[in-house]
Amino acid sequence: MSQLELREVTKRFGEVIAVNRLSLQVEKGECFTFLGPSGCGKTTTLRMIAGFEDLDEGELLVEDSLYSSSYRKFYVPPEKREFGMVFQAFAVWPHLTVKENVAFPLRIKRRPSNEIENRVKMALTSTNLMKFKDSYPGRLSGGEQQRIALARAIAINPKVMLLDEPLSNLDAKLREEMRFEIKALQNRFGFTVIYVTHDQAEAMALSDRMLVMNYGVVQQVGKPLDIYNKPANRFVFSFIGLSNFIPVMIKEGDAFIEGTSQIASHNAPRELGPRAIMACRPSDITFVPISEIDDEKGSLGVQALVIRRTYLGDIVDLKVKVGSVDLRIQKNARSPCPREGESCRIRFNKVIWYPEEYPKESKNMTENQPKTSSSAS
Amino acid sequence: MKDLSKSLKKIDVSTVILIFSILILVVIVAVPVLLIFLTAFFENGKFNIAGVVKVLSDPNTYNALLNSFIIAAGTTLLSTAVGTFFAWLVARTDLPFKNTMKALFLVPFMLPSFIGALAWKVLLSPRSGYLNKLIISIFNLEKAPIDIMSMGGIIVIESMYLLPFVFLQVEGALERMDPTLEESARISGASLFTITRKITLPLVMPSILAGALLVALYSLSHFGVPSILGTEKGIFTIPTKIYERIYASGGSFSAIRVGTILATILVISAALILKLQDVLLKKGQYQVIAGKSMRPVVLKLRGLKYPLLIISFIYIFITIILPTVTIFLVGGLKTYGLPFQLKYMTFDNYLKIFQWKMTKDAIWNSLYLSLSAALVTMLAGTMISYAIVKMNFKGKFILQFLGVLPYSLPGTVIALGVILTWSGRFGINLYNTAAIIFVAYIARYMAFAIKSSSASLSQVSDSLEEAARACGATHWQTLKDIVLPLIRPGMISAFFLIFLPALRELTTSVLLYGPTTRTIGVAIYTLNEDGETVKAAALAGIALIIIFVGETLIRKFLAKLEQRAVRVKEIENVAA
Repeated sequence: MSQLELREVTKRFGEVIAVNRLSLQVEKGECFTFLGPSGCGKTTTLRMIAGFEDLDEGELLVEDSLYSSSYRKFYVPPEKREFGMVFQAFAVWPHLTVKENVAFPLRIKRRPSNEIENRVKMALTSTNLMKFKDSYPGRLSGGEQQRIALARAIAINPKVMLLDEPLSNLDAKLREEMRFEIKALQNRFGFTVIYVTHDQAEAMALSDRMLVMNYGVVQQVGKPLDIYNKPANRFVFSFIGLSNFIPVMIKEGDAFIEGTSQIASHNAPRELGPRAIMACRPSDITFVPISEIDDEKGSLGVQALVIRRTYLGDIVDLKVKVGSVDLRIQKNARSPCPREGESCRIRFNKVIWYPEEYPKESKNMTENQPKTSSSAS
Repeated sequence: MKDLSKSLKKIDVSTVILIFSILILVVIVAVPVLLIFLTAFFENGKFNIAGVVKVLSDPNTYNALLNSFIIAAGTTLLSTAVGTFFAWLVARTDLPFKNTMKALFLVPFMLPSFIGALAWKVLLSPRSGYLNKLIISIFNLEKAPIDIMSMGGIIVIESMYLLPFVFLQVEGALERMDPTLEESARISGASLFTITRKITLPLVMPSILAGALLVALYSLSHFGVPSILGTEKGIFTIPTKIYERIYASGGSFSAIRVGTILATILVISAALILKLQDVLLKKGQYQVIAGKSMRPVVLKLRGLKYPLLIISFIYIFITIILPTVTIFLVGGLKTYGLPFQLKYMTFDNYLKIFQWKMTKDAIWNSLYLSLSAALVTMLAGTMISYAIVKMNFKGKFILQFLGVLPYSLPGTVIALGVILTWSGRFGINLYNTAAIIFVAYIARYMAFAIKSSSASLSQVSDSLEEAARACGATHWQTLKDIVLPLIRPGMISAFFLIFLPALRELTTSVLLYGPTTRTIGVAIYTLNEDGETVKAAALAGIALIIIFVGETLIRKFLAKLEQRAVRVKEIENVAA
């Protein structure tokens, strides 16, 4: 029995298909993230789970009981779903004190007063808000206001917690802190989390599993590391982490970058035809030490010219020209690397192959399955 | 010589602005108010509180005071309750034709309340009201069922025409409110009824109160409705009492003195209301404006949908259509009192309005007075708000105080102050000329101009001016090339904000008009007083057409302007 199940859910706004036939199962106690650019349908999906939006097609089940169904025109109203929810703009009520904000859902549910007292205390303690319990939210900082929203959501001890970009209104440092706080709260109370974000680092840090969406279509579902290592398509590759997409020509399994004579990879998949895209993360490119260069063997790196070198603290970011393409490379700042204007040889350690034509909209996640290979052999 | 040229050089643009700002505010606002207080409390150069007590203990003035407060309180309660209800209905339910309804609820803004009162007197006066007669004949009654010429009548009619103040405030607040504030209550398990009661209403309470206080302020100093519906029955309020005293005595000083005492009470009450508004707004200023806009929670009315729609339409019919149609019908009658049948109707009355000297003068007077007053007030107001918002100097608080003073000056008070100032006391006698009305209009609408220009000036970031100065522009060039172009939309809307209400002004001009300086409002009012109901209605009909056409054209123009202003604001935001 999964905690939450979506079956072929579709939502349209006029002509636009916001969510297209989305099916999904979230397990109990899981932290599940919807990741995607703005307008990809992730928030709409969350609002359908919360009950604020009706479904145009499909069904939603919670612990095997029906919550929303377009076929039966049946919807459990949001106030009866007993979920906790945290919004991007905090949505704490400015006319109530911190304590009153947190107690509100419990009062609505007419819990006995000593239970309210205990639960509010528990929620405020676990979010470090006890000292503010009698202040009004308007006087508190953004991070504190978002903690009130969290406390309010956990006070009712919900089975499912819905978080709609809860950290996007906070500054970078606070965002990182709150990430760990949310994770710690989840570990402590064991609720299932559905988390919506456009920040891939946030998604990677928090999720047990995540779903990448674009144009209302699911691109990939999986564990964060799997998605990072085996992105299902070019969109996922480029959305998660930095990327180089290098157009290459393929001759009998050898890939050449236009304008160069050295082989960039020996393991190009033949089925892609004469032209393909070789995708590579900036950190997966290495410089070949001069001592190893031997053009006769033809396997020791591609000729490149360093156009720009920038130190970003502990990493160094380089822009190099290879034939007619510009590539981005990132290395540890302490490792040896060529200077601006210097020629060098580079090697692609880990690449993923995609067909040359980049499909604008992937209709299905099973299309464009990646061909992972390693050329370091 | 050298010293003189040095000091002449020192007189730069900011000094000029400062001097003129203070001068205008002192002459137009401070002196008249001061003279009112002096006249009220000093007799023959001596402080005399006994005279004040004597005037106030006179049952005539005492009753007028009481009536004013009862009417203000009643009007405030009624229009706030009804206005909030309709605002909620339009903003938060699935009422059909929402946008149309929203526009219709604001139409009473266009309808001058004294014209509305005139229509209702024609319909519901106890003896000859057309509607009363109809009801008597249908139900075979002995006596008219409704007497509009009563305290209750005045409250109801005033409420109808002041309701848009509340509606606009509350509807706007409901629309701007962050919908997740309500959604988070809903996910907490609260029903829509509970959310409305515990979240929505408390959050828009500051806006409700702001609207209510605006109504109270307006109603307290309002002349038209109580004078048309009350005077005949002996119901006086402060403004109508002042008018009655001054006219009964032909403008004698003792009458003016009684007027100043009553006016002082008006000023104090108005100042208290404004202070209260300030305190409430500060206390309840919540940031509830949404960052990311989603459709708000909409209450499904289900079975109540059409009954409530019908109630809304009935309300709009009663407040807008019925009185407007009545005015035009009465204006077309051959003689007042005849039934509305085609054979008794004529177009002559309307044509005569443009031939008869008195009405022709009135239309012309209103047009040029409101246009010139709007232009001058807008320019002066822009200058004064520049001094208040952008300049730093010693004693700025004096200018700030003088700048907010016009807010708390009811039209009646301004008229009295202007009479005291410009009747020869300082060597200039403008009494019975159009100029005295012009001066009074400037004082009356200065608050609008300052408010509007201050708002647009405070959006022009200081760095824009500093950047121009850094590029080598003089202060004057900076004003001309940077500041004025940026606030031009604000200035234009300030102009219309003054022009439109000045066009139909009655409260101030009724105390100031001379034989040839009637305004449209005064002409309608005096025609009605003289029993020329048909002519009054015909002129009112023409006034309604002028107002409606003017307002529609200006609204379209302002909408275009606003689009441009939004673009400027976007640039500003990027700059910030």
